Amino acid sequence: MLETFLFGVFPYAALVIMIGGVIWRYTTNQFSYSSVSSQFLENRQLFWGSAPWHYGIILILLGHLVGVLFPDTIQAINGVPVRLYILEGTALAMSLALLVGLVVLITRRVISPRVRVTTSVMDGVLLFVLLFQVVTGIMTAIFYRWGSAWFIQTATPYLRSVFTLSPNIEYMTALPLLSKLHAINFFVLLALFPFSRLVHMLSVPLAYLWRPYQVVMWYRRRQIQQ
Amino acid sequence: MDVRAQISMVFHLDKCIGCHTCSLACKNVWTSREGAEYMWWNNVETKPGTGYPTLWEDQTKYRGGWEVKGNILRPKLGRRLGLLSNIFFNPFLPTMDDYYEPWTYKYGQLFNAPQADDQPTARAVSKVTGKFLDVEAGPNWDDDMSGSSIYARNDINLSALTDAEREALFRTEQMVFFYVPRICNHCLNPGCVAVCPSGAIYKRAEDGVVVVSQEKCRGWRFCVSGCPYKKTYYNWKTGKSEKCMLCYPRIETGQPSSCFHACVGRIRYKGLLLYDAERIESVAKTPDAGLVEAQRSLILDPNDERVVAAARKNGIGDDWISVARKSPVYKFVKEWGIALPLHAEFRTLPMLFYVPPVLPVLASNTNGSYDLGNRDFFGKVEDSRVPMKYMAHLFSAGNEEIVKKALKKLMAVRAYQQAKSVGNLSVGQASAQLAEAGCSTDEAEAIFRMTALPRFEDRFVLPPYHREEAIETTTETIKQKGETGLGFTRPPKRGP
Repeated sequence: MLETFLFGVFPYAALVIMIGGVIWRYTTNQFSYSSVSSQFLENRQLFWGSAPWHYGIILILLGHLVGVLFPDTIQAINGVPVRLYILEGTALAMSLALLVGLVVLITRRVISPRVRVTTSVMDGVLLFVLLFQVVTGIMTAIFYRWGSAWFIQTATPYLRSVFTLSPNIEYMTALPLLSKLHAINFFVLLALFPFSRLVHMLSVPLAYLWRPYQVVMWYRRRQIQQ
Repeated sequence: MDVRAQISMVFHLDKCIGCHTCSLACKNVWTSREGAEYMWWNNVETKPGTGYPTLWEDQTKYRGGWEVKGNILRPKLGRRLGLLSNIFFNPFLPTMDDYYEPWTYKYGQLFNAPQADDQPTARAVSKVTGKFLDVEAGPNWDDDMSGSSIYARNDINLSALTDAEREALFRTEQMVFFYVPRICNHCLNPGCVAVCPSGAIYKRAEDGVVVVSQEKCRGWRFCVSGCPYKKTYYNWKTGKSEKCMLCYPRIETGQPSSCFHACVGRIRYKGLLLYDAERIESVAKTPDAGLVEAQRSLILDPNDERVVAAARKNGIGDDWISVARKSPVYKFVKEWGIALPLHAEFRTLPMLFYVPPVLPVLASNTNGSYDLGNRDFFGKVEDSRVPMKYMAHLFSAGNEEIVKKALKKLMAVRAYQQAKSVGNLSVGQASAQLAEAGCSTDEAEAIFRMTALPRFEDRFVLPPYHREEAIETTTETIKQKGETGLGFTRPPKRGP
């Protein structure tokens, strides 16, 4: 019963909260969208936290995404043992790096007086949830070997079933507790998304790569067009 | 020809007394808020000195402005992809320690301290953390500190000087300093705009004011290092960048900007310039020595019929063109050529110009006596207390001739007025000096009047914005008037 709720209902609740929340925040309070960077207040420790964390989490997230979207690719890669070892080894190294980054970021929030005063309650909650997610992820990787192989047999079909609105929770109930916690916590993160600084992920400024350097705005021309 | 208009400014440094009234006028209106306490959109610094933030002119440290690689003009921070790869940690960002940690005092202790043998003191507390703070730096910590080993001697403009010249500059009897008030230059080729990943900073095409959209800014903070003048600031509380916006709410209603209006020495002038936007990039690529001349050539003559026709085509009204014709800035920069941009070598094409200060050697210490020597009255520009190389490093991208020409003209105007009103110089001497500076008597008269006797409306010639018409397109003017001053519909609070 509990598992039906956690894997069959909660994911939808989280998704609705996330999508609705993002739209609400973007339309009513764009001013609050920011990376809320604290580099200006403290930048020595930040390097050892922010750089490994961000680069690590981007690669790990992309890895999960490829597993869900293109499981055949992962399967093809893992067909040869050496390639499986390389994939798993890289992923583990990246996740350890991002764990170090996250721990540095948390420590910095606590010990730097300037950073501490700019920390909101939500920042604290978020850091805790993220740490939980990273630790359960890494422990799953260590205790239940070759996650990249069984991920595509369990999480991939489950997530696909969620997105096609016919959730098949049996894929998840069969998994060990660590992995279940990892999955549920993922949906918690989705639900937190619109109410935390995570929204800065939606602001990734890729358009900058194609933009001319100078931005000039006409008011008069806009008026004439009206 | 793509003619646009720009509200532009001149600072007459000979008249600046370094009183910081401008800084306070600005602070009271715009930056007395949490997160913005450390920001001085207008600041006044002493030269030689390290300025605010410390060593802002050192672009090996902060990578502001542009560089020309091959024939390509690119931000010093790097090209787009290289810049984005530093988004999680910008190695060239100045931090609060490069400015100063804002503080207040525990004034309450002066009244509440229990009776004791000692006088109660009000200790400094940080405005960021609320903890006690040993104040070690402030926004004008180098005020009047010429000759100091921490401030004046670390001025990076001194790198243009030889060791002997540097020592001479710091000899007690030649000790010299002058003030440089600085606000955002509202550049034609702004570095902050170019490096903003969100595209939140833009230049208003109608009047050239550069502003940050607080809605679009995402706090990536490249603008802070990308501006070579360090005039964009990161609000540590809201996570947004802020900068001087030339008091556009004031100029749109016909008032000069706060810092301009408050200026005690009346050193500031404001007027309209027309410029050719088509040539911005090619001018910004000009080799250092020709930069100032090239930038001057970008500014167009509002009396030229072709310019006027092109301006009209771009939607610049006749009322604005007639204001451009009366612009004091145009006179200082183009007609008289005595106002120069600050650090043109940053290649952002700053639109705020400085009349360099005349700092002549009046006397020197010879055998323990004050020796006036056999110099001409006021001495020669070449004998200035501040070496021309230093001035050129500040005001003409290293080209000494340009600074010398401006200073010679300013000296000649003084000689002309001495001859005219005091009579201690002969008219012949004054005329010879004027001729050498390439200045007619009419011009000398005009420079004198604009420098010494300008009225309010001579100093500030602002264009009519017709805000009433602009408002009408979106809301009723009466309704708008009723709503003015009601403040934010939603307080600008930091996002969760």
